[in-house]
Amino acid sequence: MRIAVCIKQVPDSTQVKVDPKTGTLIRAGVPSILNPYDHCALEAALKLKEETGAEVVVVSMGPPQAEEVVRLALALGADRGVLLSDRAFAGSDTWATSYALSQAIRHIGEVDLILCGVMAIDGDTAQTGPGIACQLGIPQITFCDAIEPLKTGRIRARRLIEGGHETVETALPALATMHLPHDYQPAYPSFPQADAAQAKPYEVWTAADIHADSKLLGLNGSPTRVDRVYAPPARERGQVSSGGTAELVARLVEILKQESVVK
Amino acid sequence: MITVSAKCIGCAKCVKACPFGAIEMHGRKAVMNDKCTLCGACVETCPVKAISIGRSEMSRDTAGYSGVWVFAELSDVPGGGKTVRPVTLELLSAGKRLAGELGEELCAVLIGHDVAGHAAELAANGAQKVYLCDHKHAQHYTTDVYARVTVDFIRRHKPAIVLYPSTYIGRDIAPRISSELYVGLTADCTGLSIKEGNLLQTRPAFGGNIMADILSPGTRPQMATVRPNVMKRNEPEPGRQAEIIKSETVIDEQLLRVKVVERHVDHKQSGGKIDEAEVIVSGGRGMKNERGFKLLARLADELGGTVGASRAAVDMGLHRKTHQVGQSGTTVSPKLYVACGISGAVQHVVGMSGSDVIIAVNKDPNAPIFNICKYGLVGDAHQIVEKLTEALKAKK
Repeated sequence: MRIAVCIKQVPDSTQVKVDPKTGTLIRAGVPSILNPYDHCALEAALKLKEETGAEVVVVSMGPPQAEEVVRLALALGADRGVLLSDRAFAGSDTWATSYALSQAIRHIGEVDLILCGVMAIDGDTAQTGPGIACQLGIPQITFCDAIEPLKTGRIRARRLIEGGHETVETALPALATMHLPHDYQPAYPSFPQADAAQAKPYEVWTAADIHADSKLLGLNGSPTRVDRVYAPPARERGQVSSGGTAELVARLVEILKQESVVK
Repeated sequence: MITVSAKCIGCAKCVKACPFGAIEMHGRKAVMNDKCTLCGACVETCPVKAISIGRSEMSRDTAGYSGVWVFAELSDVPGGGKTVRPVTLELLSAGKRLAGELGEELCAVLIGHDVAGHAAELAANGAQKVYLCDHKHAQHYTTDVYARVTVDFIRRHKPAIVLYPSTYIGRDIAPRISSELYVGLTADCTGLSIKEGNLLQTRPAFGGNIMADILSPGTRPQMATVRPNVMKRNEPEPGRQAEIIKSETVIDEQLLRVKVVERHVDHKQSGGKIDEAEVIVSGGRGMKNERGFKLLARLADELGGTVGASRAAVDMGLHRKTHQVGQSGTTVSPKLYVACGISGAVQHVVGMSGSDVIIAVNKDPNAPIFNICKYGLVGDAHQIVEKLTEALKAKK
């Protein structure tokens, strides 16, 4: 079995701050990390590798420094790494990104299972995984929290649905997007693992390498357009009260009346 | 193409702002290298507006596309059967406003088994036409069947706009459809309006730190998933009729390749589902123990709300994972959010900052939650929650 895992390097959104004067994002000095959802997808793939002996190939699309997350994935146990890096990809929205990644997966060849994170924490769209599945014409199972191989080229996965979950089965090839478990703790490679990763195959592919139609890539291939980016309307720092419990409770009752929650 | 005009004054602010290290100073002028992803951070930062990103507009044939459609999501009711999920009615209300502004019609897509009866409710909420697929293989949602039916309806009847709820179903089907049709899709919108005849879609990004307005000007239909509990619901007008248009899609074996082997929906999640609750009383580490969460449950009962929790509280085993609010849990936007003993870590705030009114109770006066709440109370959350519940009971 061959598993492709799609990963993305993202700014650590928990460390992004907003400039209180200008209202713009302060991006300088924000560390880049492997998108946590993709980290989960990679760990799920590595678990399947243990169980079935599958080969794990990681694919990322990004600027040259995204090599870092591909190298990290190799150190964590992936067998082969591919970075799609070309100015032709710059400015791609989720449509163009899923087209490029699907072309890369075609180029890798004979991929049985594709795992993606549910979403990336810089965009929160959750659109790229289903986009890749559609481009490849294969089934998708989104928002999974568990996945297991069945005999005869099938998988079973548990996915979240509104107010619960469902268990589904499908034949391979298929694509699944993996959710964050609530006790998510990313694993980091040991020094020997990182050393060993240096010898693993790592390639950089351009748009031409994956036979992508350049009209369908980048800003010009993207149907969506960002019209404007701005700071959210500032929530005024609230009226903060302190005092004794009785006083605060009376204040709360007053607030609830004012907001028409109670009569 | 990204270009730097002669207006560049060489201040190098863009060099610092670039998250990818893609800008170098060549003398007194900024120059982008191969690391550039056209993210636009420099465009925002440049004090003299010297940087611009140009593109050739996609111009496909958008003529003949008309009407605002809403993908009607149904939810399970105890004992079997389905009901129209409240977010569907929110989308119809938002869709009615957009359709009115465009002078076009509002329609709904209704898919399921034995669901034709729900068309009346969609009509009462503004749908002038209901595109209906009633089929035994459509009893529960599956990507392939629902996407095929919807794509066929869209190709045949050419709507200008299609809105989906930002739910597990909506966020599964919408990207599949946009990918197939090669049209723009904007995720998890919190605002919709019309700008020069196009749908202007507003959404939070970077974990809610920033807002973006997105257009899909060159492709039709324009599609968006819309966050529940954000759009205001109109009063229904019972008795209104909608024209029913039946699906002609053939549902064959090829569409049944994903088999649902087990399905579990919890109907009694402590007074209701958290993402649809109008009032949420949420607890964090500061609620300390099970007794703390019992106090929250009593207050929630009194306010007609649901109990939520921060990740810290869920990790402590005080509340269920299904009711965790935040980045690795559920995003909520109730009318009232009462945060008790929650410090306000970014991961939590991301999941609740869309609430209309936030009340925070915390004993630490410097807790970040006080920076985003409308009303803050510095004090012991256990005591305040308990006494408040008593006070509200006494008033009845």
